[in-house]
Amino acid sequence: MTSSPTSIVTLRDAVVLVGGFPLLSGVNLDLDEGTLSVVTGANGAGKTSLLRLIGGLVGLSSGTGVASGIDLASGDLRELRRRVGWLGHEGSFYDDLSAQENLVFAAKALGRPIDEIAGVLERVGLTSRDSTLAKHLSAGQRRRLGLAWILLRRPQLWLLDEPYASLDDEGRTFFDQLIGDVVKSGATVIVSAHDPLRSSSLHPRTLTMAGGLVVGDGT
Amino acid sequence: MKQLSLRLLGPLTLVLMGLTFWLGLWVTPPDKIQGNLARLVYVHPAVAWVALYVSFGTATIASALYLWRRTRSQVMDRVAHCAMEVSVVFILLTLITGSIWGRPTWGVWWAWDARLTSTAILGVFALAYLALRRANDDPDLRARRSAVFALLAAINVPIIHFSVQWWKTLHQGATVFTANRTLLIHGLMAWTLLISFFAFTLLFFWLLRARYRLEVLRGERYQVVLDEALVQRRREGVR
Amino acid sequence: MIRTALLVAAKDLRIERHSRVLLWQVLPFGVMGLVLSGIALGPTHAGHSSAGPGLFYLVMLLVTLLMINRSQAIEGSSGTRASVATLGLDPAGVFLGKALALAVELWITGVVLLAGAVLVLHTALVGTLQALPSVVLILAALAAAGTLYGALSGGGQGPATLLPILALPAFAPLLIAGERSFSASLHGATLWQWWVISLVALAAYLAIGILLYGVLEDS
Repeated sequence: MTSSPTSIVTLRDAVVLVGGFPLLSGVNLDLDEGTLSVVTGANGAGKTSLLRLIGGLVGLSSGTGVASGIDLASGDLRELRRRVGWLGHEGSFYDDLSAQENLVFAAKALGRPIDEIAGVLERVGLTSRDSTLAKHLSAGQRRRLGLAWILLRRPQLWLLDEPYASLDDEGRTFFDQLIGDVVKSGATVIVSAHDPLRSSSLHPRTLTMAGGLVVGDGT
Repeated sequence: MKQLSLRLLGPLTLVLMGLTFWLGLWVTPPDKIQGNLARLVYVHPAVAWVALYVSFGTATIASALYLWRRTRSQVMDRVAHCAMEVSVVFILLTLITGSIWGRPTWGVWWAWDARLTSTAILGVFALAYLALRRANDDPDLRARRSAVFALLAAINVPIIHFSVQWWKTLHQGATVFTANRTLLIHGLMAWTLLISFFAFTLLFFWLLRARYRLEVLRGERYQVVLDEALVQRRREGVR
Repeated sequence: MIRTALLVAAKDLRIERHSRVLLWQVLPFGVMGLVLSGIALGPTHAGHSSAGPGLFYLVMLLVTLLMINRSQAIEGSSGTRASVATLGLDPAGVFLGKALALAVELWITGVVLLAGAVLVLHTALVGTLQALPSVVLILAALAAAGTLYGALSGGGQGPATLLPILALPAFAPLLIAGERSFSASLHGATLWQWWVISLVALAAYLAIGILLYGVLEDS
């Protein structure tokens, strides 16, 4: 399998089967480091499955793939998961812990200093809600908490699954700004979304999916 | 050599089973105290031996080999699954023959004897294994979880073994040997008992082989279904 | 491993402190279980039966099943699991942590229900107190086993009906050991065999959990 020297994701005929159903049916893809890609498509097209495959959250059934230097068929997927930041469209943290407690847990798990948490909460605008239980946060605030979790981790590969769902204008603008900053810092960001990104200054690569395949690729 | 031994497995099993039943039912004398009821000694202990040690042991070893990366393969998963299915049959036979023997001896079909109870628990373990397999669609996850569960269930086997010594029990003690390895039954009865152990052990392997072949065929059919699903899914992308 | 275990245990117990499921749902369920046991024995035998130890453990088994489901449900949606997976926690540490938290919750419940057994089922106070060490040990073994079986049953995402059939056969020897120990204590005796079985079971489940919990992770 050949890929460019700066490839962070390379997939060849990647198939993912779950419960006998092909979520991905032969994806071919190369993604370079430090880029922003948006994966669009209808419901059931395979957007989330693609992100989960790249993040080592689901196994490769056939084909070949490498993500962040790890072979998706035979490599250590646990190590791959440590290298990515994941924001799902379901909740990404513990509902019965406060925002602060969730981040303390993540920081201790990662071996990060606890005093970094204050800065992260401020960055995502949750300082005033740090002692609120996660289940009592609004949808937008929960998304921000999920981002805070990733910011603590500082991964090189960000996987954001429909981050704009349930967000108001302010929330969407915030996300666009944050994604822009993250890409500028050298990380690779892959976003799945029904709609293209609002900010035209981001110039994402747009991958269109249907039937578990990448059927369109443009900027 | 392997093919020859597999071909001989069925006929040899048939011959030994026939010999066991002929010797057990007609040739050997009835017991002094239990009379003809004691002829169950040529069935029940052998069936219990296969249920508790051979079939469960095969499933456990195959599961352990599946969990070890070097020997992990679909073959091991299939062997574990098939062995556990056959184990259910033999555990059931153990309980049934035990009840038939127990009714005239103890006066009841079921007694809360340690070994009977533990064997029944092992039967539920085997059924739970099969339930666990049915609850998981993903083949790899199913195989891994089943393998771990089989190892956990194997912990129960030594408990059964020691239960005869540690728990107050109606069950007779060791059937064949005393604690200091003195043989308890003699002559033709001993030989028939030995043949029965071989016969039922071969029966287990014969059933395992038949079940395994069925599983291979199922796997091939499943692959055809998967291939069709893949084609169908790709068509969605073309439209 | 130990650091991760303490982190996960603290997280689970903190969640319990916020949600108070143990206090408001599980303990009342356990107490009701004891009361129903007395009712099931009938007016003649309720409070005058030697079935007290067995009924105590039977109710504890049902409580354990509830708590195992709760312990797994704490991990929340697949999104939460995915996010936590990216933290790269040592699976052996996660197992020990969850087992420890579950054990603490079972010990608290066990103490309350032992008091209930004295009150409702009229087990002798001195004998019940003497049974306390064996109760602690048996409940620890149940916690270790339960954490494993909870993960096997799908970690809160599988069918709820699967856990009992997986776990109860394994709990049966512990139920026997517990009942015999408790009964022996009520008669002023100690039967070392039941301690051996309980310790062997605890050691075996801890060993298998440490070695194989990671294998049970999705994908």
